[in-house]
Formats: sequence, structure tokens, C-alpha cells
Amino acid sequence: MDAQYYLQQLVNGICLGGMYALMSVGYSLVYSIMNFSNFAHGGVIMVGAYVGFFALTALHVPFLVAFLLCGLGSGLLAIIIERLVYSPLRKRHAPSLYFIISAMGASIFLENFVIATIDGTPRNYPTIFSNSINIGGLSLGVDSLLMIIVSAVSLLILMFIIQKTKIGLAIRACSYNEKAGTLMGINSSLVIFVVFLMGGILAGFAGMLYGMRFIVKPTIGQVTNKSFVAAVFGGLGSLPGAIVGSLLLGIMEIFVASINSNLRDLFVYALLILVLVIKPSGLMGKVVEDKA
Amino acid sequence: MFSWYYIEGILIQSCYTLLIVLGLSILTGYTGMFSFGHAGFVCIGAYVSVVCTMAFGLPYWLALLIAGLASMLLGAGLGKITLGLKGDYFCIATLGVGEAIRLIFNNLQLSWTARGKVFLLDGAKGIASIPLYTTFGKALLIVAVFLTATALLMNSKHGRSMLAVREDELAAQMSGINTFRSKMLAMCMSALYAGIAGGMLAHYFGYLQPKMFLMTKSTEYTIMVIFGGMGSITGSVLGTVLLCALPELLRAVGDWRLVFYGLAVIIIMIVRPKGLMGGKELPVGKIIRAIGGLFAGKKKDLPPPDSGTDPGEEAQV
Repeated sequence: MDAQYYLQQLVNGICLGGMYALMSVGYSLVYSIMNFSNFAHGGVIMVGAYVGFFALTALHVPFLVAFLLCGLGSGLLAIIIERLVYSPLRKRHAPSLYFIISAMGASIFLENFVIATIDGTPRNYPTIFSNSINIGGLSLGVDSLLMIIVSAVSLLILMFIIQKTKIGLAIRACSYNEKAGTLMGINSSLVIFVVFLMGGILAGFAGMLYGMRFIVKPTIGQVTNKSFVAAVFGGLGSLPGAIVGSLLLGIMEIFVASINSNLRDLFVYALLILVLVIKPSGLMGKVVEDKA
Repeated sequence: MFSWYYIEGILIQSCYTLLIVLGLSILTGYTGMFSFGHAGFVCIGAYVSVVCTMAFGLPYWLALLIAGLASMLLGAGLGKITLGLKGDYFCIATLGVGEAIRLIFNNLQLSWTARGKVFLLDGAKGIASIPLYTTFGKALLIVAVFLTATALLMNSKHGRSMLAVREDELAAQMSGINTFRSKMLAMCMSALYAGIAGGMLAHYFGYLQPKMFLMTKSTEYTIMVIFGGMGSITGSVLGTVLLCALPELLRAVGDWRLVFYGLAVIIIMIVRPKGLMGGKELPVGKIIRAIGGLFAGKKKDLPPPDSGTDPGEEAQV
């Protein structure tokens, strides 16, 4: 009984961690190339959740189509943000402070644009999967199972692209040294485009999963902050780090919540401070040197 | 059209917001460190001051002072452990601390009887019926004092060191500036301002809830600094007045206010990253002299405009 309880919590933790992973790879990918924390990513996730919600409730499309629409919508939005907000800064070689400020501006804009145009009230996704499967005494909701499968499959595809394809090689090269990569004939604009697209698509998936499991509201960004913490915990700029960090954070958060649910958010931010004090580069992050 | 009560409210809000923005201007505008958690310092200040006045019966001024010092102490502690961090990590740390402070107060339950009254601090429900000590006169006085102090600080050796740190930390270090000390000073001053402003806020609203100090608040303050122009005190004043008082008067914009904020930040960063004032100061001295000259009539001509820079004017960066 006891072991079963812990196993159940572990599964819940992996569920949550998988969702965090989908979000945090977006932060990490952008950080690895452009060296700044893309705080607009939370807005992209939120918009993804809304796309899924309206696709299901207003357009009545099947689940799979809605899911793909989410990815498409968020991917497009991420690219638009890159083109309109970051691209002009990039061309001017602006310091990274300006990028963070702009990202924050974009995130405020997205959040409040949704509040102003739709409204601020939380909405519930229509129930799609209500049944649950029993595996060895473990009750596993189909939606949780779906979360784990979707996260695992998308992350595997992402890892495949990064490790095995030509564009993936270019991304890895640019994350080591963008200037040198450009000199070697890599089109760094294309790399950034692909990075934002992939991060955006995964953000859309994550947004929809989040909406299905919890709720859709304009302030989802506060949850995505936790996935950002996961990215820092795993090591900003490292893709495996983001995934491992997310899973660990998800599991730890669920266990803390099972002790006292009021402390789960506090725990996450306390962990963030602790990581920054002890090892700012996280579990697997690259060490950033301040270059003159 | 508007009652004085309403206008006074807006003015008081502008005053304490200005104080926070001034502090943030020292940290972000002058020293180039980006804080995502300033609302946390305001939160500490607000709660400490309320505990002082309500539970211990201390006078308002003393409570504000203690609130400022408590916040400053926290700022110093945070600075000690995070100022060595490079790049984004400092601002990530402030994000964590700001949220952590809010969440601690969200879970904190305190209750004790002092002077025959029960003082209740009830987690997310917060504190109610705080005495309304903050009046416009007091708020204006405090802000005037701190405006002067900021101007003096920024024109001192310490202020110049901060600017050097913002422009190029490595170069500043090479020129013999103790960059850690400059950053620490900026951090402490900024936290002090925020703490005092928190005390003013608490005694103006009459109630406190942790959700008044969300991260969005922190970013709003930072936007005011950026909007006004990084590294300019009059810019910060202008930014605060424009972004704080105007939307209050134009209530019709409602939800669109923050949409405009976000858009403004993006556009400013692309078109004019130096903000309204672009790191310069409004020549306050010249304006006053010009007005004085107008009132003096036509008896004598205006004094010839200074060639060279006004002593009060900030060095262009």
C-alpha cells in the first residue's frame, strides 16, 4: 500500500516533469544560441493553450487536429516574436539586457492582450479522456498517459533532430560559438529560426497538455516560470540538462506537495535560489564566462 | 469632475511608486542590473512596517525607517550571494527571491495580542484595517528627500562608479573600481527605497495581501525605469508620472493599459533603447531660472545660456 502510494506519486511527478520538459527545452534552446532567457516563452505556451481550447470548443475539431493546431499556432507565434522583437536587436548587436527587457515586454503584451481581447477568467477544457487504466494496482488516467507519451515522443524527435540532422549539427555548432559557426558557413538566422520554431511547437504541445490537465487562463505564465526554474536547475543552455532538470523538479514538486501542498511553489523558488548559490551552471549547464 | 480625494489617492500612489522606481533606477538604470523581484522588497517593507505600527505601536516614521532597513538587510544578503553571478543569473536570482518572499507571506500565519488588540497576519488573506497614516503631504516630503538624496548619490564618486559598472564591468574593474562594492551599494539603496515605499503603500491602502506583490508588479516598475530612460533621475520621474498617473486618469483604457506597456517596452528597445530622456537629465535649474526670468518681467534680459554643461547635468553616456 505504502509503496504503491509512492509509485503513484512518482508517476504523477513524471507526468508533471514531462510537461515541464516540453516547456523548458524552449528556454534552453534559445539560451544556448542567443545567451538570454526568453521570458516571452511563457506567453507562447499560454497562447498554445488557448489555440487548443478554441479549436476544441469553437471549431469542434478532433483532438489530434487541435493538438497539431496548438503546435502550429505557438510555433508561428514564436517565429513572429523572433522576427519582430529580437531580430532588430540582433542586427544591432544589442547587449543581452535589452533582449531580456524586450522578452519581458513581449510576455506582458501577450498576457494582457489575451486578457483584453478574450478575458481573464479561467476556462476548463472539455473532457476528452476521462477513463483511466489500471496497471498493477496503479490507477493511471489516460490523459496522464498521453502526457507522458507525448512528452517522451516529442523530446526524442527533438533529440534526434539535434543529434543526427544537418541543421541539428548547425545548432550545436552555434551553441558552442555563434561567430565561429557563421564563419564556417552556417546561416545563423536560419538556425535561430529553427530553434524558435521547435521551441514554439513544443510550447504549443505543452500548453495544450497543461490546459487539459489543469485550466486555461492568461496567467499560465506563472507556471511556465517553474519550467524556467527547471531549465536553470538542469543547466541553462543544455538540452539534456533541461529534460533531466524538469523530470527531477516535477517529481520533487509532487512529493513536496504530498507533504504540504501550500509549500510546492515555495519549494520550487527556494530550489532556484539554492541552485544559483551553489552551482549557477546547474546540473549540466555550460559555464558562461564574461568576455570583454 | 474628479474629487480631491480621488486625485490625492493617485498622487500618493504616484509618490510611492516613484520612490520604488527611483530605487530601481539606481539598480537597473545606473548599475545595469536587472531585477525581476523588486515587488518582494516592497512586500517585506510593507509587512515589516505594518507589524511595527500595528503590533508594536511604533510611530509611522520609525516604522518606515525599520521597514527600509529590513528590506535593505535582505538586499544586502541577496547581494552577498548573487552579485558574483554573471549575465542572466542575477536577474533569475531576483526572480526567485521575489517570488519566494511573496510565497512565504502567503503561507505565514501570525497572531498575537498587543496593546489589548489582536494582530492577525493570515496568510493569503493578509492583514486588514491598517491605520491610514500616509497622507499626500508626508508622501511628497519623503519623495522629495529621496529625490535629492538620489541626485546627490548619482553625482558623487559612487554614482559614477555605478555608471562605469553598467557600461563595462571589466573595464571598470581594470580602472580600479571595486565593482562588487558599487553593485552592493546600488542593491542596498534600491532595497531601502523599496522597503520605505512598501511601508507607505501599506499605510495608504489600509490592507495587505501577498497577491499585491506579484512578479508583474516588479516588471511594471522596471518598465517605468526603461520608459523614462536608464540612467536618468528626471527620466524616472517622467516615466513614473506618465505610466502611473495617466492610466489612472484614463480609466477607460482598463485592460489595455498593460498591453500598451508591453508594446511600449518592445518599441522603445527597438527604436530608442535609451528611453525618453536618453540618459540625460531635464535641466531643472535652467527651467527654474527661465520661469523666474519670466516673472521678473522685462526689466532685465534672461541670463545668457550656459556654454558647456550645467553642473547638475548628468554626463552623457
